[in-house]
Amino acid sequence: MNQHDVIVVGAGPAGMAAAATAAGAGLRVALLDEQPRAGGQIYRDVDRVADRRGAILGADFTEGRRLTAGIRRDGIDHVDGAVVWAIEDGFRVSFTRDGCAAQATAPKLILATGALERPMPVPGWTLPGVMMAGAGQILLKQSGMLARRAVIVGSGPLLYLIAAQMVRAGTPPLALVETQTRGDLVRAGRHLAGALRGAGYLAKGLKMLGEIVRARVPRHAGATDIAIVGDDRAKAVTFRSGGRSRSIDCDTVFLHHGVVPNTQAARSIGVAHRWDADQHCFVPIVDAWGATDVDGVFIAGDSAGIGGAEVAEIAGRIAALKAAADLGRLAQADRDRQAAPLRRQRDRQSAVRPFLDAAYPPYAAALSPADTTCICRCEEVTAGDIRTAAGLGCIGPNQAKAFGRAGMGPCQGRYCGLTVTAILAEANGRTPDETGYFRIRPPLKPVTLGELAAMDDGDRDAAE
Amino acid sequence: MKTASPFLELDTAAPQGTVWFDGAPLDLPLGANLAAALLAAGVAVFRHTPATGAPRGPFCMMGACFDCLVEIDGVARQACMLEVADGLRITRPRGGGGQR
Ligand code: FES
Repeated sequence: MNQHDVIVVGAGPAGMAAAATAAGAGLRVALLDEQPRAGGQIYRDVDRVADRRGAILGADFTEGRRLTAGIRRDGIDHVDGAVVWAIEDGFRVSFTRDGCAAQATAPKLILATGALERPMPVPGWTLPGVMMAGAGQILLKQSGMLARRAVIVGSGPLLYLIAAQMVRAGTPPLALVETQTRGDLVRAGRHLAGALRGAGYLAKGLKMLGEIVRARVPRHAGATDIAIVGDDRAKAVTFRSGGRSRSIDCDTVFLHHGVVPNTQAARSIGVAHRWDADQHCFVPIVDAWGATDVDGVFIAGDSAGIGGAEVAEIAGRIAALKAAADLGRLAQADRDRQAAPLRRQRDRQSAVRPFLDAAYPPYAAALSPADTTCICRCEEVTAGDIRTAAGLGCIGPNQAKAFGRAGMGPCQGRYCGLTVTAILAEANGRTPDETGYFRIRPPLKPVTLGELAAMDDGDRDAAE
Repeated sequence: MKTASPFLELDTAAPQGTVWFDGAPLDLPLGANLAAALLAAGVAVFRHTPATGAPRGPFCMMGACFDCLVEIDGVARQACMLEVADGLRITRPRGGGGQR
C-alpha cells in the first residue's frame, strides 16, 4: 500500500466525513474499516439494504447513503474488511485483510473507531440469547433478522428506537424493562431548556414512544434486581418493578444502558484519557479540532466522547480540515472559515446530550455488580474476585490482572474494563482517574502467524 | 438440521450454500453474515468457554466481544466478522471446565 497523507480508521459517520473532507482538500486518504461495506454500526450496510428496509429502519438510517456516496471519489482508498491490529509511530498501521497482513503509512492519523456498548453485567448476561441492543440493530440492518420473542432491558433512547423498529416490522418486543426512574427525569429537567435547542431530536423520541404505546408494548419503569435465567440459553428475564417481582419468558434479551467511546486504538498509542463523570466513562483528551496529545493523531466521533451520528460527522470534517492545514494543504484562513459553521452546527446538535445523559443514566446495579456476577465474559471473573483483589491491596486494573485474569481474554477488556475500574475505585475510595484503566497493547485484534507470513512484501516495500 | 429459530427473517430469497457445523450440514444464505445466519438457523450455542465450559453465543455482532468464536480450519475466528461461503467446515470450540 502506498504512502498516504492521512489514515482514517473506521468508516462510520466520523470516518467517512473525515475521509471525504481530507480528499476534498487534495489529501491522499487510506480509509481502513473492519466491515465489508462502509457505514459503521449506525449506517451498517446502508447501501445494500436501504431500499429493502428503509421503511422499518427510518430516514435517520437511509441518510447514511449521503456519506457513503461521499467516499466514492478520487483520493480515497477505502480498504474494506481491514482489521487493524497495530499502530506504530510515523504512522504505520498494520492490519489483516483476507487472511494477509498489510500496512499503510501516513504522517497524520484520524481515529474514528466509534462506540462500544457500555457493559451491562447482570446475573445471566453471558447466556446465549442475551445480546447488546446494538447487536439486535445490526441483525436487523445487515441481515433483516428480528427476534420473535424479545425483552428489551436497560435505559436510553436506543431502547425506543429498536422497539419502534420491531413494531414497524410486525414483531413488537414482549416488553421494555426500563431502569431509569421518575427521579432521573426530574433531575434531567434542568437541562430541558438546553435540550430544546435540539428539539428535533426530542420530537423524534416522542414519535417513537408513541409507536411503542400504540402497539401496547408493556413498559416497566424503575426496574431493579434484573437477572436473566436459563440453563444453556436465556429463558426469562426477572426483575422488580412497582414493588413487585416479575418474570417474563422470552428467547432473546437485548441489553442496553448507553454507549461509551471505543478507546482501544487510542490507548494503544498512548493518547491521554480522562474520566467523564456525566457519561460515566473514559474519554480521550482532545482539543476543539479533535487533536490529541500525541502529535499528528486526531480522534473524531463517538470514539472521542458520545455525541451521536450527526455530531460525529461534523467532528470528522473538523479534524480533517485541521489535518489538511497542518500538512500545508489548506490555508489557515480557509480552515477557520470552513470550520466556523461546522462548530456552530456541532454545538446545536450536542445540546440535547446533557438532558439525555441525566434522564437515562446507566443501571446502577450494573456499574457495581453483586459479588457473584460475572464481569469479565472472556475469563469468567466475578465482581467479588475484583473486590477480593482490592482487599489484597490492588489499586489499579493492571494489577488486578495478576489476581484474576480479568481483561486478559481475547476481548482485551472491551466488555469489562470500565466495570473493573468502577469496582476498584469504589472499593479503594479513589476516583476512576486515580484508578486508571487497562494498559492496551498490540495486537488490538488477534493476528495469526499465517497472516503475518502472508504479508505481501511488495506492500511492505511500498510502505517503507 | 434446521431447528426452530427464535428469529424472523425478512430476506429469504438469497441463494443457499451448505456449511458444516460440528459435522452436521446446514443450508445458509451465501454471503450472509455467518453469525447471523447460524442464529437464524437455530444455533444458539457457538462455543463453550475455556475456563468453565459455559455456553456462549453472539453478543455484540461487531467484532468486539469474541463470544461468537468458532473454529474454521483449526483457527478460532469471529463468526460475526465472516460471511457464509459454500463448504465452510465449522467446529464449536469445546470448553475446558476448569483446566486453568
Ligand atoms: S458477537 Fe461479539 S465478536 Fe462476534
